[in-house]
Amino acid sequence: MEKRRTNEILLFQKRKLVFTAAAAVVILLYGMASFVTEYDTLLGLSSFPKAFKWIIVNMVPNAKALERLPNILKKLTETALLSVAVTVCAAICAFFFALLGSKTTRVNPVLAGSVRVVAAFFRNVPDVVWAILLMFSFGQNVLTGFFAMFLTTFGLLTRTFIETIDEVSNDCVEALHAAGANYMQTVFQGILPSSISEVITWILFMIETNIRSSTLIGILTGTGIGYLFDLYYKRLDYPSASLVVMSIVILVILLETISGGIRKVIL
Amino acid sequence: MPVLELKNISKTYDNVTKALQDVSITVEEGEFVSIIGPSGAGKSTLLRSVNRLVDATQGAIILDGQDITHVRGKELRRVRTKTGMIFQHYNLVNRLSVIENVLHGRLGHKSAVSGAFGFYTESEKEQAFFILERLGLTEQAYKRCDELSGGQKQRVGIARALMQEPKLILCDEPIASLDPNASRIIMDYLSDINKSMKITCLLNLHQVDVAVKYSERIIGLTAGRVTYDGPAQKLDRKMIYEIYQSHEGQLITDMKE
Repeated sequence: MEKRRTNEILLFQKRKLVFTAAAAVVILLYGMASFVTEYDTLLGLSSFPKAFKWIIVNMVPNAKALERLPNILKKLTETALLSVAVTVCAAICAFFFALLGSKTTRVNPVLAGSVRVVAAFFRNVPDVVWAILLMFSFGQNVLTGFFAMFLTTFGLLTRTFIETIDEVSNDCVEALHAAGANYMQTVFQGILPSSISEVITWILFMIETNIRSSTLIGILTGTGIGYLFDLYYKRLDYPSASLVVMSIVILVILLETISGGIRKVIL
Repeated sequence: MPVLELKNISKTYDNVTKALQDVSITVEEGEFVSIIGPSGAGKSTLLRSVNRLVDATQGAIILDGQDITHVRGKELRRVRTKTGMIFQHYNLVNRLSVIENVLHGRLGHKSAVSGAFGFYTESEKEQAFFILERLGLTEQAYKRCDELSGGQKQRVGIARALMQEPKLILCDEPIASLDPNASRIIMDYLSDINKSMKITCLLNLHQVDVAVKYSERIIGLTAGRVTYDGPAQKLDRKMIYEIYQSHEGQLITDMKE
């Protein structure tokens, strides 16, 4: 009994020590980083009100900006539809690749390993970098944006689908094999139904993410809503530029709400 | 003619762990056989080597008069349709309905495409409903499997196995996750299937008393070797201690007297 109490005290002391040490390390790192980059915390904080004031004065959409709304909405729809198309294409490819990469469904270990490596490569190069690289071959074109987003989405979804398949399907795959089902039957009757809700959740999430990144990529490739933002911004037409940003934010929030609803229904 | 013959089966995992060592078992048609033994004795490996979910390192497996030790591809699928399997964790596709899970038992008989997309014939569907009725699941037919209780899930598992029209049903700890009442129902169904449909049953069980009550024959497995193979009535307490490598008073079954 005595011993257990001492152990308990020791455990809590240890935990306290770890927290204190972690906090100290964070503060130290912050201090060092500020010193190296010559960042003044107080000055940084005090410029916030100024920045907000500037935003309020310059970036509130005015009547002239609202005239541009139809055009903005047209481009926004274009961008949203592109994101949907990219994500769905990438998801279908990613699912089949994930089957090859998953432990339960892989055809051979070497292929599975290479699938994982390829997916990691596509995923870890940011889509903006892909866009810059692809511009050399496709030029300033919608296709550039499409492929740039396709590659990152494909890489990310392959990875997450591999995890979903691994998690979901061990038991039922065994049972289907025992009943004499072949590979294709196991995939369509066992793995797909078991993982479909996670797959759809991820697709919805990636559509949201891609709308956001397509804005940025559009600035580079001169297409879609990103192009419009770039145009207004460079013309110093800040009210219109901010209307573009607001419309994107509203669209993303709208999509989040819708996908939340869809998730509730399918889960 | 025996339904199943295992000849000197050995299984070694990763060249180190000896799960089975020189196991020979013959099961006659219509028998109800239980395998008992401590955890890790190789019971699951033994059962899975029968339908080749696990490949034995050595030995031969003869199912229904055919040497299936090395069959592959289409032939392996055909062979597997002859053995239904029931699992401790039911292993159903939880997001699909009961009837769809039962129909999965037909997949081994069907072409790749019609199986993958779930095109079943009218007679297959009728048979599925007939089996569900027999197992008292008619009302649950269109429910999703994750809405069912453990006992109901296991009955779906049995229905799926019956859908294969198997010669032999393998049960891997069929009642280990069930309460005593559901356990009794499941064991009664298995026993009934064995008697009325003449389907041979080979079970892994943890409950010695259940094994003794339901089976005609018991096989004791200890550390990968068969330590007992004989009628259930002749399994005395001394034998049980030997199978479980324990002493008087250590087992939970000792508490009853």
